Amino acid sequence: MSRSDVLVDADWVQAHLDDPKVVIVEVDEDTTAYEKNHIRNAVRIDWKQDLQDPVRRDFIDQAGFEALLSAKGIANDDTVVLYGGNNNWFASYAYWYFKLYGHGDVRLLDGGRKKWELDSRDLVAEVPARPATEYKAQAADSSIRAFRDDVIAAIGNLNLVDVRSPDEFSGKLLAPAHLPQEQSQRPGHVPSARNIPWAKNANDDGTFKSDDELKALYEAEGIDLAKDTIAYCRIGERSALTWFVLHELLGQENVKNYDGSWTEYGSLVGVPIELGSN
Amino acid sequence: MCGAKAGGPDLAGVDVANETIIQGSVTRDGEPVNGYVRLLDEGGEFTAEVPTSATGQFRFFARPGKWTLRALVPGQTVDRQVVASQGTAVEVAIAV
Repeated sequence: MSRSDVLVDADWVQAHLDDPKVVIVEVDEDTTAYEKNHIRNAVRIDWKQDLQDPVRRDFIDQAGFEALLSAKGIANDDTVVLYGGNNNWFASYAYWYFKLYGHGDVRLLDGGRKKWELDSRDLVAEVPARPATEYKAQAADSSIRAFRDDVIAAIGNLNLVDVRSPDEFSGKLLAPAHLPQEQSQRPGHVPSARNIPWAKNANDDGTFKSDDELKALYEAEGIDLAKDTIAYCRIGERSALTWFVLHELLGQENVKNYDGSWTEYGSLVGVPIELGSN
Repeated sequence: MCGAKAGGPDLAGVDVANETIIQGSVTRDGEPVNGYVRLLDEGGEFTAEVPTSATGQFRFFARPGKWTLRALVPGQTVDRQVVASQGTAVEVAIAV
């Protein structure tokens, strides 16, 4: 798999705005951003309303994913290009869902909404009408999803990559600095985890660093790329970006995203927690 | 939108006494600029990023210490050094 199979640049998107087999999808942390404006012909997926089970803490099941994509007018053989704000955090999270449910051709817009805006490219308010499809998803691929017991079993054995900011990792903060400080019962990190903040994967404009730079980053941080890896953050969206880097860009085979992440782990009774920096 | 507002967003309803707030606005010739502001720690490491509001404003909840604000707008990047402390919001006006 090459980089262009999973990542496209803004020029590529610009050239495919009217391609009927390319569906551009905006996924934002700020779910109202799309209403202001978006890339022309882009549809929206709302990570809270559309991707989460409305009752349990879990994401939508196979039938739910099929219903969502059918309603959005996305067909099984469409090329889906995801982008969003906040350096593609939630676009990466949605990408991971598309892979989990077996979509054939899904890619990220390198740099997401920020890069598009910094290039002063056009954004529009008009919402496109796409006829509904009959989307068929595959059974969820559990090989790319970690659960809490996988994380506990990985302590001291596999690579654990904590992609939160250094202050969240060390236990000084419970959430990123632009969000209210809430969520888990205890601060800190999973013992033996290395703190490699997601931001180290990206340039200031939100585009990913080169494969060579990324490989050097993980090796310099003491990650043995021959071993299996679990990435986590607070709720699994920033770690989906790191999962994208390790699994999709660098081609590492056994990389899982732990979407329960710190809000689950930091509230479990009896599990080991470490404080302080690496 | 109407013009830029002086200073950062309204602090009504914010627990200023217990928070360490860095906020302000990004303007060009007095008009708000749509862009992004990054918060970098003393070692230059990325900590957080927010888009500016329609009135060019931004806010971070940080911790006391030295920080760098980096405004990203089309075609330009501007850095500002700030010192934040708990209980008093630091106001930073960034003209680009």
